[in-house]
Amino acid sequence: MRPLGYTRVSTVDTAVAAVGADATSTFLAGGTTEVDLIRLGVSRPDVLVDINSLPLKEIAYTNDGGLRIGALARMSDVARSPEVTYNFPALSQSLLLGASEQLRNMASMGGNLCQRTRCAYFRDAVSPCNKREPGTGCSALDGLNRGHAVLGTSEQCIATHPSDAGVAMVAFDAIVHTVGPSGARSIPIDDFYLLPGASPDVEHPLEHGELIVGIEVPPAPSARRSLYLKFRDRQSYEFALVSVAAAIEVREGRVADVRLALGGVGTKPWRARRAEVALTGGPATPQAFANAAAHELEPASPRRYNAFKVPMAQRAMVRALTRAMNGGA
Amino acid sequence: MSMRVNGDLHEIGLEPRVSLLDALRDHLGLTGSKKGCDQGTCGACTVWVQGRPVLACLTLAVACEDREITTIEGIAPADGLHPVQRAFIEHDAFQCGYCTSGQIMSAVALLRDGGAETDDEIAEYMSGNICRCAAYPNIRAAIREVRDADLETSGRA
Ligand SMILES: Cc1cc2nc3c(=O)[nH]c(=O)nc-3n(C[C@H](O)[C@H](O)[C@H](O)COP(=O)(O)OP(=O)(O)OC[C@H]3O[C@@H](n4cnc5c(N)ncnc54)[C@H](O)[C@@H]3O)c2cc1C
Ligand code: SF4
Ligand code: FES
Ligand code: FES
Repeated sequence: MRPLGYTRVSTVDTAVAAVGADATSTFLAGGTTEVDLIRLGVSRPDVLVDINSLPLKEIAYTNDGGLRIGALARMSDVARSPEVTYNFPALSQSLLLGASEQLRNMASMGGNLCQRTRCAYFRDAVSPCNKREPGTGCSALDGLNRGHAVLGTSEQCIATHPSDAGVAMVAFDAIVHTVGPSGARSIPIDDFYLLPGASPDVEHPLEHGELIVGIEVPPAPSARRSLYLKFRDRQSYEFALVSVAAAIEVREGRVADVRLALGGVGTKPWRARRAEVALTGGPATPQAFANAAAHELEPASPRRYNAFKVPMAQRAMVRALTRAMNGGA
Repeated sequence: MSMRVNGDLHEIGLEPRVSLLDALRDHLGLTGSKKGCDQGTCGACTVWVQGRPVLACLTLAVACEDREITTIEGIAPADGLHPVQRAFIEHDAFQCGYCTSGQIMSAVALLRDGGAETDDEIAEYMSGNICRCAAYPNIRAAIREVRDADLETSGRA
């Protein structure tokens, strides 16, 4: 077995320097993705740089009423913090509906955004997979693709991004704050997730050694009545077949503001912009919701086993919008 | 490295690859925590780090230096069983027993932290502990009993 190095760092600068200086090293947060993938032989770092001692665990309101969440805040703490449950219920729900209590106690928010796909061919370490081994092909295209994406796919990869919290974050226009070898920057979350295109192995615009230090969620009036719905094969402790984060503000029967994002159907947490545009300014009726949902799924390219996701996602959007309009969960 | 488990400090030399679960079972002889899946899906390996339930199979032992670990061997008083252990026996909350130590580590934390008011809440919190023998109704019954007994002794019922 290849040896694995381990070092624990206590400042952001030493963390960035340690990983930045060594192409074979990677950050270790809760380890719920990384340790799993190392054991499966999918991830093969030579050195793990443990960032759990970094002072990045805050969960607080920003001056303008948004949220600032440290990269190392744990999923369970964020889900239950009053700031989140009160002003951004969809985010709290998306976290509580993900994984299990033990995993949520371990997993960090930064790690959650960076978690890897659950595509079985990616995880088995031997099947052709462009995400794991660029250029080897995609086993899912004509394989078992029931769980795979129908939006944002390419001929190189159709894997979904599995994060639930990412879906809520995309709906709320979160901003990812990073510090890397070339300095600090802020990345809108929609740009933080890349479509697979011709290079599905590259999922984020981060350079090697660039550390997520925090996530900022700007205030949004409709967020307080937002909600997250998740549909899956069993009631708990399972990834989404389809999920929806929704928030809507209706004034005099017309849609004044709407936020809509989908999980389980896209190759990245999917902001449903086509539906949002179709709805904004129009009537807030079930028919309008259904039309907008159909419009969102129009570009879908279903495969042999996942075509059911197209109508399912549409019904889920209508249900989420209807519930959000009637005052939340 | 040094590791504090159930209050005792241990000095052990470990490869960084070794999971907390293997360290406990193979190096410290604490075999109460079980290995079901070794990939975070079953909960048989549930232990506490700093008092919070986590999965020992996805935790690296080296990352636990300076952390307080509690295993099933550490929850009972020296002279007997923990009330949750007793309730599991009374309610037949297991068949083969493989998942039981993990179930109990989750259940004790749930009862300590609150949030076991309804069966749905219990089921949701405990959903990371899979039982292949499907003893779920009896596990919930055991948890309810300890919850209600706690309420009585604290005078809130
Ligand atoms: C059985 C199981 C079920 C699950 N179910 C769900 C579910 O239903 N919904 C869901 O959303 N998730 C689910 N998850 C995934 C889980 O939420 C993620 O594994 C977790 O959030 C990852 O966080 P972590 O801190 O453990 O990351 P780690 O495993 O430590 O890291 C993951 C990756 O991110 C990188 N990284 C970590 N932190 C940073 C940082 N600050 N900056 C830059 N890079 C960083 C690491 O280098 C690594 O590549 C499940 C996981 C398991 C094992
Ligand atoms: S869908 Fe993506 S991750 Fe899955 S086998 Fe194809 S290339 Fe790999
Ligand atoms: S052995 Fe750890 S979750 Fe199954
Ligand atoms: S008692 Fe057998 S797995 Fe739970």
